[in-house]
Amino acid sequence: MSAVSPESPGSREGPASPEAVLDARGERCPLPVIRLARLVHERPDVGRVVLLATDPAAAHDVPAWCRMRGHHYVEARPHGDHTAYVVEVRPSTPAGAH
Amino acid sequence: MVVSHDPGTNPRPDAAASSAAPLPTSGTTPRTRVDGPVPAPRRLLDAAAGPLHPVARETLRAAVEVGWSDPDRLHTEGRRARALLDRAREVLASGLGVRPAEVSFLPSGPAALARAVDGVAYAARRRGARTVASAVEHSAVLVPGRARAAAADDATLLAEVPVDRWGRVELDAWREALAVPGTVVAALQSANGEVGTRQPLAEAYEPCAAHGIPLVVDAMASLGRDVVPTDWDVLVGDARSWGGPPLGVLVVREGVRWQWDRSRPDVEHGRADVTPWVPLALSAAEAWQQTSSTRSADARTTHALVDSIRAAAADVPDTEVVGDPDDRLPHVVTFSSLYVDGEAVVGAFDRAGFAVASGSACTSSTLEPSHVLAAMGALTHGNVRVTLPLPAVSPTVGEDVTAFTRALGPTVAGVRAELGAAAL
Repeated sequence: MSAVSPESPGSREGPASPEAVLDARGERCPLPVIRLARLVHERPDVGRVVLLATDPAAAHDVPAWCRMRGHHYVEARPHGDHTAYVVEVRPSTPAGAH
Repeated sequence: MVVSHDPGTNPRPDAAASSAAPLPTSGTTPRTRVDGPVPAPRRLLDAAAGPLHPVARETLRAAVEVGWSDPDRLHTEGRRARALLDRAREVLASGLGVRPAEVSFLPSGPAALARAVDGVAYAARRRGARTVASAVEHSAVLVPGRARAAAADDATLLAEVPVDRWGRVELDAWREALAVPGTVVAALQSANGEVGTRQPLAEAYEPCAAHGIPLVVDAMASLGRDVVPTDWDVLVGDARSWGGPPLGVLVVREGVRWQWDRSRPDVEHGRADVTPWVPLALSAAEAWQQTSSTRSADARTTHALVDSIRAAAADVPDTEVVGDPDDRLPHVVTFSSLYVDGEAVVGAFDRAGFAVASGSACTSSTLEPSHVLAAMGALTHGNVRVTLPLPAVSPTVGEDVTAFTRALGPTVAGVRAELGAAAL
């Protein structure tokens, strides 16, 4: 379930910000957001994360996490039984900052 | 002193309870025991559903003896029950600034709220069927409203008006929603029971009055703790909010078009299908009387205690205190901590002696988090909700809050560490 797979580099944001896909389907709150934060923490090179989740709380908590941590919440894309949440990581945000 | 109006049989427990000797309060267990290990004190920080005010509890006990009969019966016991029910209604009407005939008792606050909306909608059924409500209203408004819209296959029959980040209804959107033709009922809380934020009732009432749309105000969280609202056509309360037993109070202002299609005119002024159990009404009225004399002081005390909780929570890393910091109920506060499991944090506080609630998903039978937190854009996981008891219900509330403010940071940190999320 920990399918962290670097994909093609983000073309608009610059060459050094790859996209990662994080599969948290079937996991319940707060695990999807914890895994999202851990990925961003451990992979400072990642500029964009697509989080796949089935937990209904993710619809509220991913945008809230972005707001609290200064990242940019792009959108939620419904895909049948799950939703893909797209987040643009703002690299300058220190851990613990509001 | 409701029961004491029947001097023949009333044992006057309230007179004893009002004396200097304090009754054991139901909110606390004994702090020490002579035999065995000393248990951690229980600290009641979730008073949304009780316990009873100690005098109201004694009144309930006494009323079971003298007011058990069906008030519709013509025998002595029935007439005594009727007189006590009338007296309870008078006490609450007086406290709310209304006439007794405008007050009905229903089995619960949520039942009264659903009935309040039904009655306005039914009376206006020839003009339309649309309800306007804030997105943070009680589920007793939103769930039936969504069901009516779904049954009619018409999503416009319920307008859920958005709120700002404090949980306050967006007044421009509220006015726009009320201007839509076919709107017949509006519903708004006096204040939200989960986050504490007060609604701008005076501003919200203006467009309702201009369009001739009755406003149902849900005061289930505020009555007895905050100022009694005045900008409403139909008012709903729950006696639990002022230290009474579970009992719904429905007030329909004279002249407001309100009708219930299954009305029996002889039961609760046509607004209920069952006559209330008189001891509950008496206990509710007793609790109102007991708390009304200390309301301002209690509100000041709890407002300051909530301030201290808000400050302590704000000091915890990655924790958001939710709701308006000042324009709020005196006794309610909620906060959410990143990377914290709601069920785990409630359990951790419980083991430390604190009874707190949570609006997170996975803390009840539902996977859906609090619709209030969601509508505000607040973090829904790691949520902790505190509803302070009345000081008369829990005399240790001050020291309990102090202990809570000390336990807050370490407890949240402990739950985070369990999830391996301490360094995120």
